[in-house]
This record gives sequence, C-alpha cells and structure tokens, in this order.
Amino acid sequence: MSIDLSETREFKPEPASGTLIADAVSCWFGERKVLDRVSLEMRPLTVTALIGPSGCGKSTFLRSLNRMHELVPSARFAGRVLLDGEDIYDTSVRATTTRRRVGMVFQKPNPFPSMSIRDNILSGRKLSGMTTPNPDEVVEVALTRAGLWKEVRDRLESAGGALSGGQQQRLCIARSLAVDPEVLLMDEPCSALDPTSTMKIEETIQEISDRVTVVIVTHNMQQAQRVSQQCAFFLAAENQPGYIVEVGETRKMFNNPDDPRTEDYVNGRFG
Amino acid sequence: MRNFSQTRDETLPVDVPRKLRNWRVDDFSLLVGTALAAVATTWVIYTALTPATGKTGFFLISYITFLLLYVMTCTLELGKQNAFDNMWTVLTWSAALLLLAPLTTILLYVIIKGYAGLNLDFFTKDLSATGTLDSGGGASAAIVGTLQQVFIAVLISVPLGLLTAIYLNEVKGRFRRPVRMFVDAMSGIPSIVAGLFIYAVWIIALGNVFSGLAAALALSILMLPTITRTAEEVLRLVPDGMREGALALGATRWQTTYRVVMPTAASGLITAIVLGVARAVGETAPLIMTSFGSTAMNANPLSGAQDSLPLFVYRLIANPFAAQQQRAWTGALVLVIVVLVLFTIARILGARASGKRR
Repeated sequence: MSIDLSETREFKPEPASGTLIADAVSCWFGERKVLDRVSLEMRPLTVTALIGPSGCGKSTFLRSLNRMHELVPSARFAGRVLLDGEDIYDTSVRATTTRRRVGMVFQKPNPFPSMSIRDNILSGRKLSGMTTPNPDEVVEVALTRAGLWKEVRDRLESAGGALSGGQQQRLCIARSLAVDPEVLLMDEPCSALDPTSTMKIEETIQEISDRVTVVIVTHNMQQAQRVSQQCAFFLAAENQPGYIVEVGETRKMFNNPDDPRTEDYVNGRFG
Repeated sequence: MRNFSQTRDETLPVDVPRKLRNWRVDDFSLLVGTALAAVATTWVIYTALTPATGKTGFFLISYITFLLLYVMTCTLELGKQNAFDNMWTVLTWSAALLLLAPLTTILLYVIIKGYAGLNLDFFTKDLSATGTLDSGGGASAAIVGTLQQVFIAVLISVPLGLLTAIYLNEVKGRFRRPVRMFVDAMSGIPSIVAGLFIYAVWIIALGNVFSGLAAALALSILMLPTITRTAEEVLRLVPDGMREGALALGATRWQTTYRVVMPTAASGLITAIVLGVARAVGETAPLIMTSFGSTAMNANPLSGAQDSLPLFVYRLIANPFAAQQQRAWTGALVLVIVVLVLFTIARILGARASGKRR
C-alpha cells in the first residue's frame, strides 16, 4: 500500500485530536540525506510501529515528528508534519509547544537524577510552564497509566535514579504522560530492558493508546505485532537515504505483505 | 532436582565469608627482606666503600637498590609477569606516599610555627597600635580583608564563569572556539600581571583609589578561567539524555540548563567554584598594587587600602623581629584554616545540592 499524497496535501483539520501526518519528510545531516520524502499518517487510537534495519532513518523520522531532529546543529529538514492539520514546522508554531503536545520516550531511560520520583513526574509541567493545581492527582494518574503507581507510591520522594531500568523507563513514560500530550513517540523503549519489563511497557502502551496516538520504533518483530495496529517498513540501500517500502495494517504486513522485501524482513531473512 | 523453595535446606553448611585477597608469607617476606637488604647494602656502600654522605642520597640509593633487588627476587620466585606487576604496585604506592609528604609537612610546619601566636586577640585586634617589637595585636584587619575580597571576587567571577561555561557547552554558540581559546590563554596570565592590569586601568587610568574592590577585580581575573573551564568539563559530563528528556517535555533551552543540567552537575559546579576560590585566596602579588595592605582595620572594601592575610604574611615574614615573624606564621595558619572552612562549607553545600534525593 502506498500513501496517497494528493489526499494528505489537501488535509482538512478533523475534530479527533492527535492525528499526525508526515508529508514528504526529508532529513539531512549536513550534506548526507538520511530520509527521502517519507509520508505517513498516524491516527488516534492507533499504535503505529516503525520497523526496518538499523540505519534506515526510523529514529530520524521519529525525531522529526516533534522537532527533536533539529537539535543536531547540522540537521536539515524538508516537507511538512501536520499535527491536527497544523504544520508543526510553521514559523508561527513554537518548537516547545510542539514538543509538549508530542511527547517522546527514549531508548535509554533518562529520569532526572536530581529530582525525586514525584518531581520527575511534575517536571514536564513545570518545564513547559503549565500550572498544576492538583499535583498529587497528576502524579497518581500518570504513574497509574504507566503501570508504576503500586510499585512506587510509598517512596515518591526517593530518587528516580534508584529505580530499576524497567521502572525508570515507565517513570519516563509517566513523566511524558503528565503533560497530557496528544502523541507519544517511543524510540526503541524496550531495547535496554529485560523481558518482564518489556512486557509491562507493552501493557502500558496498550493502556495509553486509548488517549494518545502512539508511534513506536522497534527492532523486535514480535513486539511490533503485539502492540501495533499499523506498521511502516523503512529501508535504505547502503549510503542512500531511507524511505518507506510498505505501510499497512500490522496483521497484513506480517502475514501477507505486498512487497517481497517486507516479507523477507518480517520473517527475519535480512536486516 | 534442586530445591528452589523459599525455605532453604537446613542441612547446608554455614556460609562463613572467606577471606579474599590473602597475603602470602612470600609476598611479605620478599618485600621486607629486599627492603632490609637494600638498606644494608647502601649502608655498606656509604660506610665502607665510598666517602658518600647525605640523607637524601642514602634514601635514593636505598630505594633504587630495593627496587632492583625486589624485581630480581620476584622474577626468581614468582616469574617475570608477577615481578613486573609487583614492581608497578610498589612504584604507584611510592608515588602516592611521596605526594602526601609535602602536603602533610607543609600543614604540620605551619601548625607548629603558627600555633604559638594563636589567641583570641589575633582574631579581634589589628596592628595599628602595635609596634614592631611589641607582642599582642592581631590580624583582624587582614582576615576581614581576605574574606571581603574573596567574597566580592566570587560575586563577580562565579556568575560570569558559569554563564561562559554554559555558553561553551550548552548554547554551543558560534564563538565557542575563540572563547575557549581566550579562556585558556587567560589561565596562563601571571597573577602579578593581573594586578598590574587593574592598577594601570582601574587605579591609574580611571582614577580610583586602592581598595579591596580593586583587589577583588584582580582576583576575579585569576578565578574566571579556572571556574569556566572546570564548570565546562563538569557540564560535559551530564549525559545528553538529560537534555533531550527535558527538551522533549517542552522545556526551553534555558529551563533545561537551569532546572535539569545544572542541578545534575551541582556538586561538580561547586567544585569548580572551590577551585576558583583556591586559586585566588592565597594570591599575594596582585594585591600589592590593588589593595596595598594596611595595619589598620578597614571594613569598607570600596575605598581605601585594605589588608589581607597573604599580604599580612608577606609583609611580616620579611621583618627581622621575632614578634612580627611569629604573627606572620600565625597569619599563614589562619589562612590555611580559612581555606579549610571555605572548602568544608562548599562540600556540605555540594552534597546537599546533589544528594538531597538519596
């Protein structure tokens, strides 16, 4: 299945919030082009998995969706990313606003070591200038949704860095959820975690996908099958920019893909 | 099948922790034996074979002989690989102990020489009414001067240094290379040149009088590069994941720096400030032409000559009279104590800033 560009170019805002549409996104680092005119629609209530071999631009694509890509000094960007119909790269839109609306969870858990668990959860609201009239409720709701509340409710004042790796990652998810984002981007959130923690994070993803649009980069085919409804397969020839080979419903992508390369990849024959 | 149930088999033997890293008798006897042999050999060389004298030479020859004997016997007993390992162990231990020697001797010497003059008067009185031959009087003017000058220098150099460090490592501005180069060059400025500069510009050209403030300006010049470079190194140790985490939550660059990066690096930043103070607090040369020194108390750092502990020591130690020299040594001791107190406060602050969540 290929994306119909004519349709996305004439996109009209819909009431459902959290629709993210990448329209012909290209990314460069200096002169090196790493992503070539990628278009993808990520809908609410849907978990989109980005799969593909290393170095095919999945992470770069993900980071272009909340303007983290441009933090690299040599980074360049072309195309549009529409969040509920509004181009986040428009000069009238502040990057900080976009990043609050489109949260991100990283490969390596990064709780703030100078803050307690509670302060970690509230940090996003403080940092983005949101007022929090009911901090206790925000902390409990965020931690509950990330599946961490029962484990840490008795030690909210202890350091975030003292948790186990899996707990730290769920703390980071809770921290991202506390600012009420419409979209949550996850960059291989389980690659540094043990199977039990991975399972819990996958449960968390299912749990939160009723409220936020989730986009997840993963190298784990089983994980993509378990958590996602939509799947996009990225590929890049050596020293060539990455592009989307095929995108479609996850079940179809794994059982009956259109492109033979997709079939080879999901069955572990390369990559 | 192994028993994985919660209650363990009570018939298992008691698990007393075993002693790890045991010293064998060999290790000990090799070390002590060759050391004794080396001293004995050197003694023979000194008394019977050559007319050599001197403790330093005796020590050096003993040490070299010891090292040679030790490596040779170890090679015979334990093999070449272990012998080299032992040799490096001995060398690193020697270097560490040798490094401690000057520090402890300086401290002990200052304490022994300065202790006799230490009394309450030393902290409460100045020297305005004390003749060169009199006992009594004290260094209150110098202590007040040092504290004020260092305090003002901290007020100037800490914000400037930290902001420059943030520019270098967080903002990563376009002038990063030249700024870093200038900061490095600045750290090479001889302290007397810093003093001369303030004298020429602040006092002569701008027409100001000698003052504690002028001294503080000169000290700031010396503190700035130390604080900036150390703070930059410390900020560089903060993982990028922290910055990305904060930015991805919608924080601005300044909020990321101020609320996430700097608290994470708090104890290191305090160390940077401590090193800056350490650089400045004992400086004498830049003060001669800026605060000039005085025997009378001047608690106003903005105007008039002001004394300070380094100047106090410098002036009085050159004096031929015993009472004055005694005051100089006591002044040196108080300077060491002031430094120690400042460092302790900084350490406690640093521990509180970074360890409050542990």
